[in-house]
Order: sequence, then structure tokens, then C-alpha cells
Amino acid sequence: MSEPLRGVVVCHGGLSSALVAAVEQISGPTDRLVPVSNTDCDRGHLEARIAAAIAGAPAVVFVDMPSGSCLFAALHRLRDEPDVKVVTGVNLAMLIDFVFHSDDGPAEAAARAVATGEQAIRIP
Amino acid sequence: MPIRLCRIDDRLIHGQVVLGWARALGIGDIVLVDDEVAASAWEQDLYRMAVPPELQVEFVNTEQARRRLPEWQASPMAVLILTGKIETMARLLADVPHPPAVNLGGIHHRDGRTERLPYVYLTDEELAELQRLKSAGVEVTAEDVPGAGAVSLEGLA
Repeated sequence: MSEPLRGVVVCHGGLSSALVAAVEQISGPTDRLVPVSNTDCDRGHLEARIAAAIAGAPAVVFVDMPSGSCLFAALHRLRDEPDVKVVTGVNLAMLIDFVFHSDDGPAEAAARAVATGEQAIRIP
Repeated sequence: MPIRLCRIDDRLIHGQVVLGWARALGIGDIVLVDDEVAASAWEQDLYRMAVPPELQVEFVNTEQARRRLPEWQASPMAVLILTGKIETMARLLADVPHPPAVNLGGIHHRDGRTERLPYVYLTDEELAELQRLKSAGVEVTAEDVPGAGAVSLEGLA
């Protein structure tokens, strides 16, 4: 059986842990999401944290901002990894959808996350 | 217009620089002085993604920066010079007449460094390098974001 797709959430400060905790409040405990914070580390250490969270598994890396240190560290480390895709602008809706769709591959899951995340942004 | 800020920040171009300092100081030109980035077109493309279109950004190596420092000191635009390493800033400002002040914005944990502020970790050698800069006439303070309050080099010892 192939390794399940992992979601690594990389954000400023405590946002990634808060997002993962919020997902688990809704979906129940999950080991598919791993939070990574950029607090107290330079780019090299942040890259190492991201790589440790991925641990060689196929993954989608969810980053908070469409630029900046979190995105840069992710792309710098992962640009040549075919089984890892990066999605920016992470939100709760896309993470919840991610944990309920475990059969997707990285590219499919990343595209799905973008679509779900965009659909969640609206003026009701 | 003079160089408005010389910042040492190992995350290079990121939110505190672009959204914090550049806006607060009315910066028009960000100069990233980094030998590795200056030689990597794809890294430059990544950093450009973090810079809004109204801001100019330049990527130069240390030697290019040393030659162009007078140009930036006389620039009609407010200039922010950014390095990721203390040694790069020290090389850039060595023997420069009327050197601009240096801001320590983010020097993070690494083996051998000790915490001086939550965003500044230094080895004793790095602190000594900064003290040599100060002895050469460069004002050195730490302040991560505008308004946080500048901390003198003495406060980091």
C-alpha cells in the first residue's frame, strides 16, 4: 500500500498549529497534517523543519502567504521534488477538504485545495 | 536622498522588510546584497514575488555593492540595503566615509549563537564584528519592525 499523502502546513508564528488544531476540532484527530512554524529560525532551519515534516513522503505543502520566508523556504528545498506540491494562501476550508480526500496524488490534491480554498472566499 | 536603512536579516526579503520598513520609510529601491542570490536567477524571481510593483528591487554581489554604494547614497529614491550576513554588511561598509546606520532585523538561532533578543542570536565573534563596525563609526542597533524600539549594541552584549 502506498504511503498516504501528507499535508505540511507552514505559517508565520502560531498559525499553522492553530489551523491544524481547528481542522481536528472539526474532522477529529488526524495524522495527515503536520504544522511547521517559522518562529525563531533562519531560512536554512525552516527548510530543515519542512523537510523533516515531509519525511520523504508524497506531500502537499500549504503556505500562508503567496510570498515571503515560508514560501521561499518551501520552494528552495522542494522545487526538484516531483512528489511534493506547494499551495499558498492556506485556509481552513482547503485543509478540511484535504483530510477527507486521502486518495488524491500531490498534483491532484494541490489543484483541489486551490479550488476549495478559493470557493471559501466570498461575500455571503 | 540618503540610504534610509541598512538591514541585516537572514530571511532577506520578507514581510517585515516589504510591508514593515519599506512602507514606514517610503522606500523606493530595495538592494539585496548576497553573493548566492546574485548568481541565481530563479532565487531572484522568487524574491521578486515578495515585492510590490511600486518598489524597485536590485540583486548585487558584495563587490558590485561596494562600487555602487556612492550611487545609492546619492539616489533620488529612498534606498534600503539588505544583507543576510553580518560579514557581508561589514565588508560593504568597510572604510566607507559617512557610513549609514545598520539595523539588526533578524539573525536567528544557529549552533554557537546565544540569544541577545528574541530575533537576534549572535556568537561572541559576531558581536565583536559588530563592535568593530561601531568603532569604525557605524551606528548599530537592533529593531525587528518599525516602532518596536531600537536596542543599542551595548544592550546585546
